[in-house]
Amino acid sequence: MAKFHSIFDIIGPVMIGPSSSHTAGAVRIGLASRAIFGETPENVQITFFGSFAHTYKGHGTDLALIGGLLGLSTANPDIRYAYDLAKETGMKVKIVTSQEKMKHPNTAEVRMTKGSRTVSVTGISTGGGSIDLVEIDGFNVHVHNDNPVILIFHMDRPGVIASVTRVIGQHRLNISQMEVSRKTKGKLALMLIATDGEIPDATLEEIAAVKHIVQIIDLSEIRREPNGTKALMAKGAAQ
Amino acid sequence: MRRVTTFAQIIRTCEEENWKLADYFLYQEMDWRQREGEDSSPEAILEKMEINLQVMESAAKEGIGGVQSYSGLTGYDATRLNAYRSEKAPLGKSIYLDAIVNAIAINEVNASMGLICATPTAGSCGVVPGILLAAREHLKLTRRQQLDFLITSGGCGLMIGNLASISGAEGGCQAEIGSASGMAAAALAEAAGGTPQASTNALAIALKGLLGLVCDPVASLVEVPCIKRNATGVVNAIASAEMALAGMQSRIPTDEVISAMHSVGQLMPSALRETALGGLALTPTARRYTRELKQTGKITWKERKGPLPSI
Repeated sequence: MAKFHSIFDIIGPVMIGPSSSHTAGAVRIGLASRAIFGETPENVQITFFGSFAHTYKGHGTDLALIGGLLGLSTANPDIRYAYDLAKETGMKVKIVTSQEKMKHPNTAEVRMTKGSRTVSVTGISTGGGSIDLVEIDGFNVHVHNDNPVILIFHMDRPGVIASVTRVIGQHRLNISQMEVSRKTKGKLALMLIATDGEIPDATLEEIAAVKHIVQIIDLSEIRREPNGTKALMAKGAAQ
Repeated sequence: MRRVTTFAQIIRTCEEENWKLADYFLYQEMDWRQREGEDSSPEAILEKMEINLQVMESAAKEGIGGVQSYSGLTGYDATRLNAYRSEKAPLGKSIYLDAIVNAIAINEVNASMGLICATPTAGSCGVVPGILLAAREHLKLTRRQQLDFLITSGGCGLMIGNLASISGAEGGCQAEIGSASGMAAAALAEAAGGTPQASTNALAIALKGLLGLVCDPVASLVEVPCIKRNATGVVNAIASAEMALAGMQSRIPTDEVISAMHSVGQLMPSALRETALGGLALTPTARRYTRELKQTGKITWKERKGPLPSI
């Protein structure tokens, strides 16, 4: 099967250098973390593992990830000034490196705090600027940025999953991947749903109205190429 | 449009329809976008390519103005080359020198965390635009011809990527600088009036020239030897285009050269595929750079702002 389909897979993307995996991928992990947290955190602790831990300084992986956390796209030249921008925005950043062996060499864990609220996200940069999220707030997940993905935090009750998939099915959307995980029986659980087409806002609202749904996070926009991330930046700036 | 998988088929179609490679790849792109439900008009595709071209232009300008990498290991070489070109150039001014200046400039911008267009990757982003920005002066190319140059490059890159690889981690540097050089050679031959047959010969000759090139990045950075290898890719591409335009033919057909490149990549040990565990990356000096980078976050390279050498 062909790996590439469009000439723009070859001539493109437009991105900030120097490395699609160590820079563009890191920006995307930052953007995804920001989308999951829902706002700019007050404190961030970034832990780099593997190749990220060894070479993050030379590749500017720290700047890239902080840039993403501030809502900058993979094509925003201001990423070079991410530390200054973080300071201006009032986001305190701490960088930690870990020698712990991870499954993937390009792994970063982002721990975001505001007030008493803390959320952690672990992402891996799989090459060419693509990312996977492997952990969200203690839940093990497998989010790939190729498909539109929504995350649904819900109470672990019978029937919730069926109610959500019914809404999606009624809107003629096809689910391409689905994962459900929980930490404790009967407590908070996480449902991850990837779809072939993007889920319209109206459908998201309908899902939000389902009983026992706590929060919905739309990660669809993370997958878009830089030319399309302007909307994301505007959305980030508005928050 | 019939989907084809070999250059032999593409050449046949181009000859039957009296198309250039750029026409073929534009129609292929329109076809793909239509199937994806995207805007498949030629205007939409050319407009998108125009944005990429503008990024290339501004990166070349920024690099010639002088940039340094985030690690401190590389920088200001495009400025140095540009001054050499305008003040000295004892070997003569040529498309080769013009293209090298652009290629080094653009890849230095990449290393400085500047804005670039990957062609096909970030580490090899200087080759295709380096030649295009020089060729447009020497060949007096119209804007449309410049966009066609990129479409031909992109189409050839698609073929290489699908039949072999464009990733250093998969196929070594031959897959990055080698692919970029082949893409640029084909586009340059076409821009200079070559037939699809001549263009694909240029592609084959260029790929063969860099077959087996390993990916051995010093301190795991996309700087050494990557930046200067963009110049290697440039001269190899121009030389290949010249040979093909003169009527020289690759004795091994283009499709078979690409297959050979794929198998060379598979035979290449992983130490020489972007892992920085072999080649230049393991030299004593490279090890020192790696240590320094880990300890201080910077690499000191004292002569980076030095004066031009006297001839």
